[in-house]
Amino acid sequence: MEGLDVGVIKSIGAGLTIAVGTIGPGIGIGLIAARAVEAIGRNPEAQGKIQQMMILGIAFTEALAIFALLFAFIIRFL
Amino acid sequence: MHVSLAPEALFHVGPIAVTNSMLTALLTTLLVLGVLVVAARRLSLRPAGGVGGTTEAISEAVLGQAEAAYGSREAALKYFPLLATLFIFILVNNLIGLIPGFNTITWNGAPLLRPVTTDLNATIALALVSVVLTQVYAIRKLGAFKNIKRYFAHGFLLGLLEIILELTRVISFSFRLFGNIFAGEVLLVVISALLPILGPSPFWAMEIFVAFIQALVFTMLTMAFIAMAIDPGVPEAGH
Repeated sequence: MEGLDVGVIKSIGAGLTIAVGTIGPGIGIGLIAARAVEAIGRNPEAQGKIQQMMILGIAFTEALAIFALLFAFIIRFL
Repeated sequence: MHVSLAPEALFHVGPIAVTNSMLTALLTTLLVLGVLVVAARRLSLRPAGGVGGTTEAISEAVLGQAEAAYGSREAALKYFPLLATLFIFILVNNLIGLIPGFNTITWNGAPLLRPVTTDLNATIALALVSVVLTQVYAIRKLGAFKNIKRYFAHGFLLGLLEIILELTRVISFSFRLFGNIFAGEVLLVVISALLPILGPSPFWAMEIFVAFIQALVFTMLTMAFIAMAIDPGVPEAGH
């Protein structure tokens, strides 16, 4: 490992952080959207309400990916 | 390719560095103000097109969502100025970065204009406005004591957790907006370098969509968090 300097390791670490960190939220957002579409299909009148809940749920799930992005930035630049 | 995470200083006024994103923020604020003044002068009872009609359509859409969240038009109108300001400011700033000339016209080696939502300082400021005003509205509606009490409805430990989650909202609000818009801009720069002819077009269309969605998400989340905070009966659900 003599050829690796700190900058290279930091870059790899930041890349891996965001790559692994987005897997879970990606699956989660897919599940939320799938269920929301299913729910709208069953009850089209409730579309507005379901859409609002869906965006809220997606926002909370997405927050995890955002934390991964934050840590990637911290690893890379601090 | 020129991609900079931080906004670059154009010149200094005393100890304060005036950055390219600050200049753009000033310009877009004046632009929005000008358009809204023109729209306000053209108010009419008849449905109209053009500037007046478009402004009215946007306001009606935001007000309609607020009405669904708060239950009545009176309650919605109370929070409408904040929500509409957030929506219009974020939407205009997201979209304006897609105009050719942004990031390519340089001055003293730094891009002269940079959309303000690709500057983390600005998105943290917007997030703080949203989170702090939610507390202000809650205190105004419930009183200071009841506002603190609603966090501890399920015991002391969960209350502490709720307060920490409240603080992480600043992070998630600001990084969501910054991450989406900045990543979009970097994506466009990279694709433009790889496939200069016709390559960027679909991504350009996607960025217009993302700009709208992110403005909508920021507004809708602020709306929902205020609705949760001013509701005295039900304690906050989840984060």
